[in-house]
Amino acid sequence: MKLKKLATVSVAAIMAASPVMADLVFPSLSYRTGAYAAGGIPFADGYADYFTLLNQRDGGIGGVPTRVIECETAYNTEKGVECYESTKGEGALVYQPLSTGITYQLIPKATADGIPIHSMGYGRTSAANGDVFSNVFNYPGNYWHAASGIINYLLDENNGDLNGKNIALVYHNSAYGKEPIRTLEELSAKHGFNLTLLAVDHPGQEQKSQWLQIRRERPDNVIMWGWGVMNPTAINEAINIRYPMEDFIGVWWSGSENDVVAAGAGADGYKAITFHNVGSDFPVFDDIQQYVVEAGLAAGAGDQIGTVLYNRGLYAAMLAAEAAKTAQEIHGVADITAAMMRDGMEALEISEEKMAALGMPNFGPAFTVTCENHGGPGLGAIQQWDAESQTWSLITDFMEPDMDVIQPLIDADSAAFAAENNIEPQC
Amino acid sequence: MFYREAGDFKTTYAADQQTFPILFDRRTYYIVLAIALGVMPFVVTDYITNAILLPFLIYAIAAIGLNILTGYCGQVSLGTGGFMAVGAYATYKLMTGFPDLNIAIIVVLSGFITAGVGVLFGLPSLRIKGFYLAVATLAAQFFLVWMFNKVSWFYNYSASGQINAPERTMLGQPVTGAETEPWVAYLFCLAFLIVLAVIARNLTRGRIGRSWMAIRDMDIAAEIIGVNPLWSKLSAFAVSSFFVGVSGSLFFAVYLGAVEVGEAFGIQKSFLVLFMIIIGGLGSIFGSLAGAAFMVLLPVVLKLVMVDSLGWPTDLAAHFNFIVVGALIVAFLIFEPHGLAQLWRIAKEKLRLWPFPH
Repeated sequence: MKLKKLATVSVAAIMAASPVMADLVFPSLSYRTGAYAAGGIPFADGYADYFTLLNQRDGGIGGVPTRVIECETAYNTEKGVECYESTKGEGALVYQPLSTGITYQLIPKATADGIPIHSMGYGRTSAANGDVFSNVFNYPGNYWHAASGIINYLLDENNGDLNGKNIALVYHNSAYGKEPIRTLEELSAKHGFNLTLLAVDHPGQEQKSQWLQIRRERPDNVIMWGWGVMNPTAINEAINIRYPMEDFIGVWWSGSENDVVAAGAGADGYKAITFHNVGSDFPVFDDIQQYVVEAGLAAGAGDQIGTVLYNRGLYAAMLAAEAAKTAQEIHGVADITAAMMRDGMEALEISEEKMAALGMPNFGPAFTVTCENHGGPGLGAIQQWDAESQTWSLITDFMEPDMDVIQPLIDADSAAFAAENNIEPQC
Repeated sequence: MFYREAGDFKTTYAADQQTFPILFDRRTYYIVLAIALGVMPFVVTDYITNAILLPFLIYAIAAIGLNILTGYCGQVSLGTGGFMAVGAYATYKLMTGFPDLNIAIIVVLSGFITAGVGVLFGLPSLRIKGFYLAVATLAAQFFLVWMFNKVSWFYNYSASGQINAPERTMLGQPVTGAETEPWVAYLFCLAFLIVLAVIARNLTRGRIGRSWMAIRDMDIAAEIIGVNPLWSKLSAFAVSSFFVGVSGSLFFAVYLGAVEVGEAFGIQKSFLVLFMIIIGGLGSIFGSLAGAAFMVLLPVVLKLVMVDSLGWPTDLAAHFNFIVVGALIVAFLIFEPHGLAQLWRIAKEKLRLWPFPH
């Protein structure tokens, strides 16, 4: 009981002691520990570095400095709640939890508190329907876009015909891994391929039996929905059973350097879908070098710059910063609130010119967010790993997903959510 | 000075057998209760409720439940996480199946459902003991988690396998869902903890509790003096699972609002609750509360000190947290195997004599 009092007092003291400054707060619910740290670290570094760059180079966004508060979640929902509650009082503008589980958790809470969530390429897919999910955004792509993008790529590879093909989905047995199943089932009905579902339990180091089944059935393609240690383990298992890497395609969370480097030359040719560009051959990286790295302000160990997930963190931060700019323009206030940030996100327009001006030409697709569509166009490109040069490179253009299949699913799922929670359409 | 018994005469059996026979204890208990019920609801914030109070209250219920089984009846269980999952999914199915049912009734019903499941998995305890029983309950843990992941009926065939608690009100105030006021959630869980703790306390010092303790101390001797092992063990499993089920139900509906079985109710949860009762003290209701408070508060306090005050990087603080918690568990097992409750007992003995050394 005494401990409790002590904690209460110290919480109150710390809350009272933190200074009130005019700044734009971007909490980073990161995970630098645990089974998923390999993915969490580069993303958090990229996210933090972009805001450091804005502060150092431009003096913040619209003249107001930004502040990134990091809070360690270890990919755990309980810690995620603690982080959310401890940072929201600081004037948090937008949450990017980088975890589908925590996103599900925060959707009702953040909506009630009026703070937007940007679950870029993860989270609840049907949040793309802005009519129902007023405060949740998942542009520029979501899981169902990814699933459809992968199938579209396979269609191209097979001259538009997947009839009778066998495709296996190796997925993380959680909300995250289960998300694409519904779409893949629809697509399998539409295109006539057979879908085999192989679940891998958290954290994903035990996959022998799943890969034994793959060895026995020899599916034409394997799709993977993995994260953390599950990815390198799966790629190693695939190498062990001599599964051809060209036929193995991961979602964008299963396509970073961490996943393939450990497997060495065996991983050569492994593919993954992505919604943004790869490599560090963009002008913005020169600025990061000059203003962040050389100034000694790089987040973490500073050794992640240019990796796939670092770029994704950078991209997430860029989209957040652009939305904040848009919000400043709409409301004519520099020190925006979370509600204004939400309006900015809903009016966000990313064009080729804008990205070029930011030093990120062709970094991602051009898109516009509207009140109805919080999901963006869902364009995806296929990237392939070259083990010799240790680089990912895009082997296709950014392609359209099959919205004829996805849109009815989004509508149905969001309508069910709206009915469950008595939500009035906002548009 | 404190705990002075001189002049505190008991003239009835009821007075002699009450829970807090010492006046000072009794007063402290009523003061704590008065503060918890009368003051805290007015001062709690979102952060204090969601990061500290709710987890403490809910884990305390689970710890009392496990303590009944392990501390009082001597049956080691590693299935706590699985039984919490039963409580959570029972709540979800009841909430969505019977939208008009009061949430408090749903929580209690979930407890009863969990009790049934607990009895089922308690049956092997009649034949196997000690480590072997721990392994059998471990099987329950893995089986239940697997089942809630595999059978989509349990999560109403949702695409993600997540369960979400819809809004339910009590006396016009939302208790579950995003609109819940922090003080409502706090009071709701506190009410359950107080009622359940009183029930547990009275069960354990009555006939049933004594039969549990007899089984724990030596089951053959207990059988010889007329304690029915079948009935004692299964009742311990039932009562314990009821508590754990209620805590799982509150954990899902009031605290998190959305859970995923593998992540929220995995084996780590079983270990966490086990650590709570080991650190708090086996066979003690106060120990369960102290252990829960310790395990919930320690990471939060460490985080506040290291990250928010000292400005350490978050990953360093998180790793340091592991070291501190691990070291404390080892230290406790070496220096005070009977846990915080025993420390409290020793302190009480000392205070009774204070200021004299003998």
